[in-house]
Amino acid sequence: MKTVGSSTSKPKPPHWLLAELTYACPLQCPYCSNPVDFANYKNELGTEDWKRVMREARKMGATQLGFSGGEPLVRTDLEELIAEARKLGFYTNLITSGVGMDEKRVKAFREAGLDHIQVSFQASNAELNNFIAGTDAFQHKIDMAKAVKKHGYPMVLCFVLHRQNEIYVKDILDLAITLDADYVELATTQYYGWAYHNREYLIPTREQLQNAEKVAKEYQDKLKGKMKIYYVIPDYFEKRPKRCMDGWGSIFLTINPDGTALPCHAARQLPGLTFPNVRNHSVDWIWNESPDFNKFRGLDWMKEPCRSCPEKEKDLGGCRCQAFMLTGDAANADPVCDKSPHHQKLVDEVDRIGRLAGKPELESKPIVFRNVKNSKKIIAAKTATTV
Amino acid sequence: MLKESDRKLTPDARPAISGTHRFQWEEVQNCHVILYPEGMVKLSASAAEILKRCDGMKSARAIVDDLNKQYPGADLEKDVFKFLETAHENGWIQYK
Repeated sequence: MKTVGSSTSKPKPPHWLLAELTYACPLQCPYCSNPVDFANYKNELGTEDWKRVMREARKMGATQLGFSGGEPLVRTDLEELIAEARKLGFYTNLITSGVGMDEKRVKAFREAGLDHIQVSFQASNAELNNFIAGTDAFQHKIDMAKAVKKHGYPMVLCFVLHRQNEIYVKDILDLAITLDADYVELATTQYYGWAYHNREYLIPTREQLQNAEKVAKEYQDKLKGKMKIYYVIPDYFEKRPKRCMDGWGSIFLTINPDGTALPCHAARQLPGLTFPNVRNHSVDWIWNESPDFNKFRGLDWMKEPCRSCPEKEKDLGGCRCQAFMLTGDAANADPVCDKSPHHQKLVDEVDRIGRLAGKPELESKPIVFRNVKNSKKIIAAKTATTV
Repeated sequence: MLKESDRKLTPDARPAISGTHRFQWEEVQNCHVILYPEGMVKLSASAAEILKRCDGMKSARAIVDDLNKQYPGADLEKDVFKFLETAHENGWIQYK
């Protein structure tokens, strides 16, 4: 079959299934990757639908399953879904804030067959953590991290870094050592969804990044073989884009709470997609046949400067969502690349924010926390401008 | 207590798949794999033969003997020990 991409053979099967079980979340992090209009999507998939999705993806060859959200703990059928996933042979990952968990549930998940729990922290101290999360969760997270270790899980601690907490990287890593984390993800804020909306509040300064990189490197060396530390430089500070999701429709399959299937969790904003839904289609059709999943596969969709670039197979033109958000066309080169005609605009914006960081004209702007009220406000404002 | 990562392989050590990793056959990949948080490693047939025997009961020496018996003619000790050391460094196995 000839697909929209350049490949004539069947695509490789998905490796990762990200099950976004719900958009409900007790936290309000202003960098959340959920869409800003999440309040529009209420019709959550039921237990049996999720089981079918897992079964179909597993049959195709997916091995990693992430339960995510929103906050997946909100789902009362989580134990049941974990048990089913484990029965199917998935390596099951729970990606959680820890809010909504207690030690009893940590134990019940283990018995159901959960392999790994990733607990997110907003900062290394209670005050900043609770401010960013919009709720007093810090002490509870500490308790849950201890419970995760106690019950024999490998533990990944995830800290999303941005200008408000970037200076605390050392404290963050010291906290991870205290909690005996197996892996630490110093996740750099990706500017989609709420993070894009709040980017002036979140984009770090170049100086902060240099320091964070230095500290991360020092701890990586010091803890080699004991604790694995992941640190990547944020896209906005690079000159070449990253191979986003390791390629569109290449290894990663996200299912939104309402059943919409996406090649990455930010892709819902892209125009021209039809958003296939697992309620109407099999996972196999969505992955192999749907126009959306074939849209940016291969290299044929590329424009200049990507089309004639010798590095096109290495980075596949970077991120489609970033290209759309920063240039208005998802088929453009990711402007992170300095060959993009839009690159300078991005550099200027990062520099402008760097110059104003710490000054009231930037810092006193209101942060838009991720909650239903603000989501509805954003939807109303968008509707008003498009009518 | 000595941290697992600091322990060294001896002929008497009894390797077992670590509790934080999973070793299983993958039909679609047509090979054995090691699964861990957010990652997967595909294994060669010989790596899989060694890991299949890492049950926490057999010593490293017994694993070598068993493999030598199954594949006569080749002295596998050096290769098996080298692989076990790498597997331990990667956190796939622990020594009981």
